[in-house]
Amino acid sequence: MSDYRGYEGRSLEFLKQNKIKVGDTVKITTNLDNVATIMPRYEHSDDQHIVVKFKSGYNVGLEINDIKKIEYISSIDINQRKELSPTKPNPQLPKILLLSTGGTIASKVDYRTGSVTPALSAHDLYSIVPELDGIANIDAEVLFSEYSENLTPEHWKKIAERLDHYSKSDYRGVIVAHGTDTMQYTAAFLSFALAGFPIPVVLVGSQRSSDRPSSDAASNLIAATKFIVKSNTNGIFVSMHHTESDDDIACHFGTRVRKNHTSKRNAFETVGGAPAFIIKQDEIIQNTKSQYFKQRQYTPKINVDTRVALVKYHPGYDPKLVQDLINHGYKAIILEGTGLGHIGKNMYDIIKKAKESQIFLGMTSQCHDGRVNMAIYESGRDLLHLGITPLSDMISETALVKAMWALGNGKVDDLMLANIASEYTE
Amino acid sequence: MSEIEIDKIGLKVGLEIHQQLATNKKLFCSCNPIESEEYPIRFFRRLRLAKSELGKYDPAAVFESSKSKLISYNANPQSSCLVDYDDEPPHNLDNDAKTTALIIASALHSDIFSEVHVMRKIVIDGSNTSGFQRTMLVANGGYLEVEQKKIGVQSICLEEDAAKLLKDTEAVREYSLDRLGTPLVEIALDPVEGTPSDVKKIALTLGRLLRVTRRVTRGIGSIRQDVNVSVSGGGIVEVKGVQQLDQLEEVIRYEARRQHGLQLIAEKLRKIQFDDLTKEDILDVTSFFESSKSKVIQKSLKDKALIKALKVKNFAGMFGYEPYPGIRLGKELGQQVRFFGIGGIFHSDELPNYGIEKEEVEQLRKTLKTEELDGFLIIAGSKDKIEFAIDAVINRIKEAKNGVPAETRAATPAGETVFLRPRPGASRMYPETDIPPIMISKNELEFAKNNIPKPWDSAISEIQTKYNLNKQLSEQLFDSDYLDLFESICTDKANSPNFVASILCSTITNLGRRGLDATLLKSEHIARSFELLSDGKITKESLEMIYESIMSGKTKSVEEFIEKHSSSMSEGELEHFLDDLIKNNLDIIKKQGSHSSSILMGMAMKSLRGKVAGEKINKLLEMKISKILEE
Repeated sequence: MSDYRGYEGRSLEFLKQNKIKVGDTVKITTNLDNVATIMPRYEHSDDQHIVVKFKSGYNVGLEINDIKKIEYISSIDINQRKELSPTKPNPQLPKILLLSTGGTIASKVDYRTGSVTPALSAHDLYSIVPELDGIANIDAEVLFSEYSENLTPEHWKKIAERLDHYSKSDYRGVIVAHGTDTMQYTAAFLSFALAGFPIPVVLVGSQRSSDRPSSDAASNLIAATKFIVKSNTNGIFVSMHHTESDDDIACHFGTRVRKNHTSKRNAFETVGGAPAFIIKQDEIIQNTKSQYFKQRQYTPKINVDTRVALVKYHPGYDPKLVQDLINHGYKAIILEGTGLGHIGKNMYDIIKKAKESQIFLGMTSQCHDGRVNMAIYESGRDLLHLGITPLSDMISETALVKAMWALGNGKVDDLMLANIASEYTE
Repeated sequence: MSEIEIDKIGLKVGLEIHQQLATNKKLFCSCNPIESEEYPIRFFRRLRLAKSELGKYDPAAVFESSKSKLISYNANPQSSCLVDYDDEPPHNLDNDAKTTALIIASALHSDIFSEVHVMRKIVIDGSNTSGFQRTMLVANGGYLEVEQKKIGVQSICLEEDAAKLLKDTEAVREYSLDRLGTPLVEIALDPVEGTPSDVKKIALTLGRLLRVTRRVTRGIGSIRQDVNVSVSGGGIVEVKGVQQLDQLEEVIRYEARRQHGLQLIAEKLRKIQFDDLTKEDILDVTSFFESSKSKVIQKSLKDKALIKALKVKNFAGMFGYEPYPGIRLGKELGQQVRFFGIGGIFHSDELPNYGIEKEEVEQLRKTLKTEELDGFLIIAGSKDKIEFAIDAVINRIKEAKNGVPAETRAATPAGETVFLRPRPGASRMYPETDIPPIMISKNELEFAKNNIPKPWDSAISEIQTKYNLNKQLSEQLFDSDYLDLFESICTDKANSPNFVASILCSTITNLGRRGLDATLLKSEHIARSFELLSDGKITKESLEMIYESIMSGKTKSVEEFIEKHSSSMSEGELEHFLDDLIKNNLDIIKKQGSHSSSILMGMAMKSLRGKVAGEKINKLLEMKISKILEE
C-alpha cells in the first residue's frame, strides 16, 4: 500500500506537510479531540478531506479546514503479513490444482486498515474454506491476477498452455479461479483449444465478493472440488450457484453457459437446457443423458486469431460499419441476427462484399434461447444464398470465440460446423 | 442478605438507543418494510468467517463459527428485493433517512461529519444476509438536556436494522427479511451516574425528542434500548434489547444487584484457594449415573449425552452463596453453558435434588475424591458441545474472583438479564466498498438546523389545542405508540378525538395489562375498526370486544370478528327483541315508571352489546316505555 493511497492535491499536501502517512495513528483536533488512524482515500474523491478510522472502527472524512491540530502518535505496519506453516497433505486424498487468474475466490480482510487482499496460498484457502481439507489436497498456483474484463485472448492462450503443461500430471483435476464477467469466453476457448483434455477443468468464480461472509465463492469452490473428485468425467466446465441458495451448485458445459444476470448468485445458466450436472450436498446429479464432448482424443490446438467481430444487427444498423471491418482485414464476422437469424435488406450489398473478401459469415440469434433457422422466411433464404452459415443454437459469444480459435488452427468453415465440445445441442 | 444501596456502589449507566425511522423505505433500496403474512420466497445460506481472522482464542466465536448453521431466509417481494437477498449491490443511500439523521443530530447539538463513510460491521449469526450490517457514523459529540442537566452524546450512527428471527433449531436458523435494511438511528449517550429512575428519565426525554420529529416509527420493537451498566471496579456489561421504559428501570436495578452481588462473591472467593483448575479436575461420570433415578439425568443419557463432573477445591457453599436474592455464581454458570445449547448444570450446593439422592451424592463425592470443603458440578451434553461448555465454565469460575466480567447480556421481559455472549473485542469493521463516501452539503446542514423540531412541551400543547384534549391525555397519546394513528383516524372527523384517544390510550392499554398480547393488534386493525365505526357498521361498544378478541389470538382480523359475531341485527329484529323484553318485565315498568328504562337497558345490553349501538337501544327503549306508561 502506498504511503498516500488515493490522496491528491490539497489533502496530499496537508499530509506531507504534517509528515503523516496512511497507517499512522494521530491525535486530531477538530471541535473535539480524537485519536484516529489515517486511512487510504477512495478513488476519485475530492481533495478537501482526509479519511480517518476511529477506535470504534468507523471511518469518516474530516474536512481539512476543520482540522485545528494533528499530532503523530504511532504507526502500524500495514504490510506486515504473518507466515503460516503449510498444511500437511493427506496421502489418502486426491490432488487438485487451483490455478488463479484473478477474481478472488477467497479474501482476507484486515480490520485495522480495512484493506481486502486475495487469499491465494493453499494455507489461506484451507483456513477460509476448511471443508476442502476433507475432500482433496489442493495445490495453489497464481497465473495472473486480473479483473476478467481485462483478460484478452492472449491470456486465454496462457491459461490453456499452463493447463496443457499439467495434462499428464497426477492431478485429479484443475480448478481455474476466474472473474465472472468474461468467464464464459475463457471457458469456451479452453473447450476448443483443449478438447479431449484428460482430466476435468472447472472454472469457478463468485458473484458476491469473497470478503463478505455470505460470499458464494466458498460453496462454488467446494462444489467444484467435489465434482472433480466424485464425477468420473473430463472436459471444461463452469461451476456456479444453481439457485439463490447455497445448497445446489450447477456445473455447466464450458460452451453452453452464459452470464444472464449482473449480480445474482445464480447468474450463470446453461442456454437451452438444464445444467449438465447439479452438485448437491452429498451427491452429483447428471442431467445430460446423451454423449457429450464428442472429441475424446486430446490433441491440443492452442492458437488464436482475433480478427473476428461479433456484430449485433439492429434497426438502423449502418452497413458502413461492416465495410470498416473489411477494410481492417477481419477474417470472420459472427452476426447476431434478429429472430430465427435475419438481417435487413440494407445489409445485402455489404454482405456480398464481405463474402467476396473471403470473410467467414456465421449467423447466430440475439434471442437468448433457440435455434437459428434461415429456411423459414424469404429473407433467411436470401441470406443463405449470399453465403451466410447458420450456426444453429450455438451461443453467439461461443461462436465468436470458436471463430477466433478456428482461424488460428485450421479451416474455419469446417471447424465452425463440427460439434467439438458440445457447443451445439443435438 | 441485605437490601442494596444503589448510590454507594458507583453505578454507571450508558444508554444506546436504536430508533427505526418512518421513511417507508429501506436504507439502501426502496422496499417498504411492512410485516408479511406469508413468505412465497425461501432460500438457504451459510455464512463463514476466515478462521485466521478470529484472532485471540475466543470460545464463543470459535463455537459460533464451528456451528455453521444453515440459515433459511423467508421473503415476500412486497417487503424485500435482491438487495435484501444480498444478490444485488445496495442502491443509493435513502435521502429521507439521511435527512432525518441530520435533523436528529442537529437537535442533539452534535458535530456532523461532512463526509460520511458506510462501513460493514461483521455479524455472522445470520441476521444480515450479507454477513455484515451497514452502518455509518454521522456525528460525534453534543448533548441532550434533561431537567437542566446536559447529558453528553457520544455518537450518532445511521444503520440498517437486522432480519427478524423466526425460529432457531439445532440445525437451521430461520429469518424473515421484512425488517432487514430498515433505517435505524443509533444514539449512544455518555455513561451517567445516578439512579435507575434518572436513567429512565433520560431515555424518556430522548424518546420524546425523537418522536417530536414525527419522522420515526412507533410501535413495539420500533425503539430498542441497549444499556451499558457497570459498578465501580467491575467490567462493563452490555444489556441488549430493552423494549420498554419500565423494563429499563427494572433491568438497571437488577444489574446493579447482580454486579454488586458478584463483587461480594469475589470478595469471599479471594480468601480461598481454588483456581488452579485443570483438565484433571474433569471426570467422565456417564457410567456412574447409568442407574440414577433422576429424570433429568435419564433423559440426558437417553439423548446419548456425556455427563462430566468438575471438582473445585474449597468451593463448598460458593456456588449457592446468595448475597442478594437470586444472585448466585451457580446461576451464572448455568447461563454460560446454555450458550452452547446445554440445558444447565447441577452443583454441589443444590444437591441432593432433581431426583439425585443423598446416597448418590455421597457416592459421587467418593468417586470424585472430594473433601467436605470442596465443591463440584455436573454437566450433561453431547460430545461436540460439552468441551466448549466445560472450558467456558472453568474460565468463568476463575474470573469470578475478579468480580464482574465484561459481557453481553439480554434483557428478559421480567426485567432480569441473562448471559448472551462474551463481549466482542473491537468491532470487525471495514469499508463498504459498494458505496462511495456520502457528502453532507452545507445546504443539507442548513436544512437540518432549520427543521429541528420544537420542544416536546409545545408539541403537547399543540395536540391539546388542535384536538381539544386535556393535558394528561395529550401526553399519554404522545408517549404512546399511537399518535400517528390517532391523527389519521381523526381526519374523517366522524368520531370525537377524546373518544379515539381514550380508546387508544386506555382501552388498549388495559387489555394489555390484563395479560393480552398487544403485539397481535396492529395499527391496520385499529384503523379498520374505526373506519367501520365511522360507516356505522359496528358500534362503539364492539371496539373493545374486537381488540380483546384479536389480542387474545381468537381472531386475526376485524372482518373475521364481525363475521363470527355476525352482528347485523335488523331494525325489525331489534324492535321484536325489545318488545319481548318489555312484555316480560311489565311489572318492573309499572313499579319504577320511567326509571325502569335503565334497568331494562342493562338487560338489553347483555344480549345486544356490540350488535347495536347503545344509544340507539336506549332511545328505542325509552320511547317504548314512555308509550306504555302513557297507556
